[in-house]
Amino acid sequence: MSLFSDVPQAPPVAVFKLTADFREDSHPQKVNLGVGAYRTDDCQPWVLPVVKKVERLLVEDDSLNHEYLPILGLPEFRSAGSKVALGDDNPAINENRVGGVQALGGTGALRIGADFLRRWYNGVNNTATPVYVSAPTWENHNGVFTDAGFKDIRPYHYWDAAKRGLDLTGLLDDLEKAPEHSIFILHACAHNPTGTDPTQEEWKTISEIMKRRKLFPFFDSAYQGFASGSLEKDAWAIRFFVSEGFELFVAQSFSKNFGLYNERVGNLTVVSKDTENLTRVLSQMEKIVRTTWSNPPSQGARIVSKTLNTPELFAEWKDNVKTMADRVLLMRDQLKNKLLALGTPGTWDHITQQIGMFSFTGLNRE
Amino acid sequence: MALLKSNKVIHCLGNISPALGALSSRNSSWWGGVQMGPPDPILGVTEAFKRDTNPKKMNLGVGAYRDDQGKPFVLSCVRKAEALIAAKQLDKEYLPIGGLGEFTKACAQLALGPDSEVLKSGRSITVQTISGTGSLRIGGNYLARFHAGPHDVYLPKPSWGNHTPIFRDAGMQLKAYRYYDPSTCGFDFKGALDDITKIPEKSVIVLHACAHNPTGVDPRPEQWKEIADIVKKRNLLVFFDMAYQGFASGDIDRDAWAVRHFIETGHNIVLSQSFAKNMGLYGERVGGFTVVCSDAEEAKRVESQLKILIRPIYSNPPLNGARIASTILSTPELRSIWLEEVHGMANRIIKMREQLVAGLKQQGSSHNWQHVIDQIGMFCFTGLKPEQVERLTKEFSVYMTKDGRISMAGVTSGNVGYLAEAIHAVTK
Repeated sequence: MSLFSDVPQAPPVAVFKLTADFREDSHPQKVNLGVGAYRTDDCQPWVLPVVKKVERLLVEDDSLNHEYLPILGLPEFRSAGSKVALGDDNPAINENRVGGVQALGGTGALRIGADFLRRWYNGVNNTATPVYVSAPTWENHNGVFTDAGFKDIRPYHYWDAAKRGLDLTGLLDDLEKAPEHSIFILHACAHNPTGTDPTQEEWKTISEIMKRRKLFPFFDSAYQGFASGSLEKDAWAIRFFVSEGFELFVAQSFSKNFGLYNERVGNLTVVSKDTENLTRVLSQMEKIVRTTWSNPPSQGARIVSKTLNTPELFAEWKDNVKTMADRVLLMRDQLKNKLLALGTPGTWDHITQQIGMFSFTGLNRE
Repeated sequence: MALLKSNKVIHCLGNISPALGALSSRNSSWWGGVQMGPPDPILGVTEAFKRDTNPKKMNLGVGAYRDDQGKPFVLSCVRKAEALIAAKQLDKEYLPIGGLGEFTKACAQLALGPDSEVLKSGRSITVQTISGTGSLRIGGNYLARFHAGPHDVYLPKPSWGNHTPIFRDAGMQLKAYRYYDPSTCGFDFKGALDDITKIPEKSVIVLHACAHNPTGVDPRPEQWKEIADIVKKRNLLVFFDMAYQGFASGDIDRDAWAVRHFIETGHNIVLSQSFAKNMGLYGERVGGFTVVCSDAEEAKRVESQLKILIRPIYSNPPLNGARIASTILSTPELRSIWLEEVHGMANRIIKMREQLVAGLKQQGSSHNWQHVIDQIGMFCFTGLKPEQVERLTKEFSVYMTKDGRISMAGVTSGNVGYLAEAIHAVTK
């Protein structure tokens, strides 16, 4: 009699199951448009040239070893990561009130942030604090916040299926009605899965309500640079909120913009009112990290850190990122034109209006 | 709470008085109520060590191996594996949630042995984890969600400091069984059996597979047999923590003997493995979590649930270290180099133990230091009291954890004399 005889079979994670099904399919023209990993024009994974270069440098560097990183991660990585999100000369950074926690990908950054908020955000037990995620959102957002202990995860209006765009009215209404101190997960750019982002004016309105209603902004930034091709443009919303005086979190992923998917490189950027608050926050982040993974993996962080901190490599990286963004933009353009050329019924403007890796086609289930 | 709402008033007051201004800043921040967390007892030691300017300082805190020059040691099998991997120009696509298949297979085989009936029948599942910590945490989370028995985890007294918070954060309760006998600096076999006999059925018991951390005190095989017996009678779920396979005795099969014995005598264990120490892959975070099930069908169900637990923590594990470990384990030439190097590390530690005891005798110490030689693995439970530890740190810049644990890996032929001197000075 096993202790585990009652363990039920869990359903597979949908998006990875899709890839598994794709692999088994024998159709010669099969296409996998499931998982969000960049592909070249030959449908091949792409290791960024700058990454190859830096990896060679690291392998040849005999002074490097495999010792433990500090609990919060590689210091040069954390500071460079936060600078990418906020901008080098952001006043908040100069005021020493920005800190980073190196994490395992964007998922890891979200989870550490979520665990922290559940313990410390608004009093010492936030299991009942509402967490709002967009409808729809990346499916793992729900899992992350649920497993972090939040019991009240709610959708906020986002995708308007009828007009195939942002449901701004619904979104603003949800912000107005949310209980004070609710946590809102905001996609910094290239919304996953809709590819639909608020305009700058719309972000300003969102910010105004959030400030007035004391709502907490938790940005998920998985596509910086990848969306428009410009790091600055893709971080506009984050930087605007910081300039408006918010304390906030940004879960950064370097999976897509560095193509380092399997090395799990992420950074939780914390913007606080001042150094003193930041210090206490980071000390508690350490406690959380210590019982989750003790200290983060070094390989990916070293690659990103070396790239971001070396001017020529940084320039090369921005170029590589633009290559990827440009190809995606081109494909959007070409797909739309081909659909129009085929006389496909319906309107297809949303394909080029949306941004980033994903496109919410508007196709129904059948 | 009222203060948070009236921060406008406080802010005005802040303009009058700087102290109230600080109050204002705290209260206008979301994080005003966040307490300062105490430094990590183990990793905090290294931080304090780094700040010390004494040229004779010694870091005997964290368990990371050092060579006889006191330098971090990158195994040559690791460098060779890295070169092989670099030449392959592989892509960077996401690993499956459960990790690199070649790694998890080799990881299980290393622990269970190549002839394991469990592996042949497919009735176990091994997932790649973020080193030992990640493995223990996934294990804890899994038990919290699915274990039908009491959610009490029994740890040996003492145990690795991080075991308690890991299991607690995973949602389990912590209890203890007697283990270390301070009067002998050895194993309290009778106390352990007495306590284990009283553990309620179906509770979880954590056993250190070899090189017990922090004491270095391991049961002898005959003692393990009796423990296995009692544990079986009490119907306890065994959670093995194996962080030092190969590193303890120098022989990977010898160090896995307890794990294999339990499995052979019918315990369906869960097991955490780390490759941080035995392959020197500390910062690459390489580990595995294994659940031995009744049959392959159950193993598939358990696997699916482990993935559901992993996905909302970090989605899928990092590739680099797992690929290195897997390459070493599956490439015969590299595997033999590895076995030699792990043997070499274990031997250097054994030698340092002998030299430390010789040094203490030479200093004229009247205490019995036999336990330093009898204990095994990276750590030595010196028996030093907190006040003595404090003196060692303050007066001699010898850094170690408050429980009197020293990492023998930090001892070299160059500093063992100084260490003997320092220990003698605080114990004479």
